Amino acid sequence: MTDEPRFEHPPEEAATSYLADGYSLRSWFLTTDHKRIALLYLVSITFFFLVGAGAAALIRLDLLTPQGDLLSNDGYNRAFSIHGIVMVWFFLIPAIPNVLGNFLVPIMIGARDLAFPRLNLLSWYIYILSGLLTLYVVVGGGVDTGWTFYTPLSSVYANGAVVATIVAVFISGFSTILTGLNFIVTIHKLRAPGMTWSRLPLFIWSHYAVSIIFVLATPVLAITLLLVAAERLIGIGVFDPRLGGDPLLFQHLFWFYSHPAVYIMVLPALGVVSELITAAAHKRIFGYWFVAFASIAIAVIGFMVWGHHMFVSGQSVYASAVFSFLSIAVAVPSAIKVYNWTVTLYKADIAIDAPLLFALGFIGLFVAGGLTGLMLAMLAIDVHVTDTYFVVAHFHYIMVGGSVTAFFGGLHFWWPKITGRLYNETLARIAAILILIGFNITFFPQFMLGYEGMPRRYHVYPPEFQVLHVISSMGAALLAIGYAMPAVYLIWSLLPGGRRAPANPWGASGLEWTTSSPPPQHNFIGQPVVVRQPYDYPLAHPVSRDDG
Amino acid sequence: MSGTVRLLLAWAALMALLALTLGAAFLPLGPAKPWIAFAIATAKAALVLWFFMEMRSERGLARLAMLAGFVWLAILFALTATDYLTRAWMT
Amino acid sequence: MAEEERFAPFADAARARDADRLGMLIFLASEIMLFGGIFAAALALRLEHGPDYAAAAGHLKLWLGTANTAILLTSSLMAALAVEAARAGAPRRAARALLAALLLGCAFLAVKGVEYAGEYREGLMPGTATAHFDGPAQTLFMNLYFVGTGLHAVHVTIGILLMAMAALSQRARQDRNAMLIGNVALYWHLVDVVWLFLYPTLYLAGVR
Repeated sequence: MTDEPRFEHPPEEAATSYLADGYSLRSWFLTTDHKRIALLYLVSITFFFLVGAGAAALIRLDLLTPQGDLLSNDGYNRAFSIHGIVMVWFFLIPAIPNVLGNFLVPIMIGARDLAFPRLNLLSWYIYILSGLLTLYVVVGGGVDTGWTFYTPLSSVYANGAVVATIVAVFISGFSTILTGLNFIVTIHKLRAPGMTWSRLPLFIWSHYAVSIIFVLATPVLAITLLLVAAERLIGIGVFDPRLGGDPLLFQHLFWFYSHPAVYIMVLPALGVVSELITAAAHKRIFGYWFVAFASIAIAVIGFMVWGHHMFVSGQSVYASAVFSFLSIAVAVPSAIKVYNWTVTLYKADIAIDAPLLFALGFIGLFVAGGLTGLMLAMLAIDVHVTDTYFVVAHFHYIMVGGSVTAFFGGLHFWWPKITGRLYNETLARIAAILILIGFNITFFPQFMLGYEGMPRRYHVYPPEFQVLHVISSMGAALLAIGYAMPAVYLIWSLLPGGRRAPANPWGASGLEWTTSSPPPQHNFIGQPVVVRQPYDYPLAHPVSRDDG
Repeated sequence: MSGTVRLLLAWAALMALLALTLGAAFLPLGPAKPWIAFAIATAKAALVLWFFMEMRSERGLARLAMLAGFVWLAILFALTATDYLTRAWMT
Repeated sequence: MAEEERFAPFADAARARDADRLGMLIFLASEIMLFGGIFAAALALRLEHGPDYAAAAGHLKLWLGTANTAILLTSSLMAALAVEAARAGAPRRAARALLAALLLGCAFLAVKGVEYAGEYREGLMPGTATAHFDGPAQTLFMNLYFVGTGLHAVHVTIGILLMAMAALSQRARQDRNAMLIGNVALYWHLVDVVWLFLYPTLYLAGVR
């Protein structure tokens, strides 16, 4: 059975790929094909990653010396603000959902497109509009509030283009909401015959969970930022204690969005890793339902923990105790996932390819970030390390070590599917290891810095911290090389003469591997019909199909 | 019952509730007043959702989607109030 | 266009309609969250400055607010009747009901305008005059009132435009499934629901 071809006719002969379907600019910029839109997103988020990385480079260079010789105080504030704003809203949040999710959600459930293809294109244009406004902010004065826009700094004292930044983030929110709406409707209404909820890939479950957050959290950020802008422009006073307002209310509303936003960044990463691990282990995932519902649990409980950002802000200590408890609770579903991946790998016949190296790196860094997150959720420890580099290191372990590593892992895993080309595996493995090492050299010293009292957002520091800062900056250089490498060999693979990818280079299960690489315009020839459980290794016939 | 009649009855109930909430506002009900006002508002919203927005003939998924926003707002209000209601205990 | 392409990416019309409606409901959930921020601000203000909150709310024109509630509820009824008529295959009746809903929406805005004008004359607008307020929290209540009702009025305006669009479209009126009219009506009902909660939050809070 296993040696039989999966199709009567190889699909390569049957249909033109989506990449060959028109070469004009119009065929790209007015496309409603989710696969092409995913590529539009890939190019745009890569650009914004470079912008954010440029700001990060300035920060790390400036921190080489205790006096902060490179940037002025104002310049440093602007550098870390732009770094945070661009990386959070213009890279991390759209990275996995809008590139990999856009490409894979319809294919994985056997659909020909997202439910609302034109809305999908509109999302991209909205994203670009908000991105252009952010670029205007970068060149037109900058912003120095940090990515958190805390009042009264943002509403009264900050100089620079605060309102323009707020409008940019506000607009980008529409793009996010529309994407989430599109995913939810797609997953509900466009599953192929036989694609029951118990057969959904875990990537889909995590994208469903993240879409819930997209739709329900983003509008709260929108109204909060509008209130800050109104405060700044006409002084309505909702967040101004002189007018009877409450600055803590801003933090409540902001973190009601922004804590779930952390899960926006990490949930899709968890989905990617579930796919990578099962494909490398050639085993059904251990505890499918636990992993699936852990995504939903993280999305829901993630909305109830925001107060742990406010333990020292003047929030009632009784509320803090409640938030502390809930924050510790949200670690449970995250831990379930880690255990289940580990058990899936146990005694498996593991193929050690670059995607698995990224996935293993992810697990290690995610555990380190998660455990320090538990420390920070405890009131007593948090009081000690609030606003220090300990916090900075913690969330970089989750957001960079976690999300970005998973994004690279996913990009390597699905690159043959997306482009139809194979990259240089040796270089990819070196890059995966280099990123892991570079990341740890960059951010582990920051845990130590923070625990010893180095506050975040300062660029002038006591000389005894210099050694750790220099190590961190050197690690950042290594990390930059690691991140640059894939850009080279992935683009190299696209050049004429690059090796063609077969339909299923990894021997993985999942509908996306049953169609050609790259997929045809409507993803499948005919309507796929699903007859098997997900991750049904060893591979037999994951699908049967009618002659459409 | 024809659809039109049902809608008209729902509208009549809504108007009655509006009169009720306005009247209740003038009664000496003390601290219960906002609770009553919001309970009536919730009842009115429920009527609009059930009859005008046709949740009565929808399936589970649509009802869930409609309800999600309200449930999530309850989370926002409840946990925010946890802070505001207990701040005074600290001193 | 081939028959199976008409509803792409869906297989058939029923499923496409289902998806449209679900998409609208999810969008409405996000609208609810948007207004949630305003209500949370009102809640915080009320918990922290209860007496000031009530005193400032006493400045609002309760009767105009009540009238507007009745207007908006009636308008919602008209929108629901329009959907009913379109489904029954009565496009002219659907158009008339939509027109009534739309005019009532305009009436709501007109009353709101009269209210705003009165508040401007009395110096209740942000930044015009605050002399007769006792304390900043009362000014803040008024500001919040303007932000909340202003944002709501924006949504009313959008709703009116959407209903006008639906009323003018012959295809929408003649659609026995009332897809466009149905979704526009959903939006309009939600604008109504938001007002149902703004009413006790703002107006009723001031009654002594």
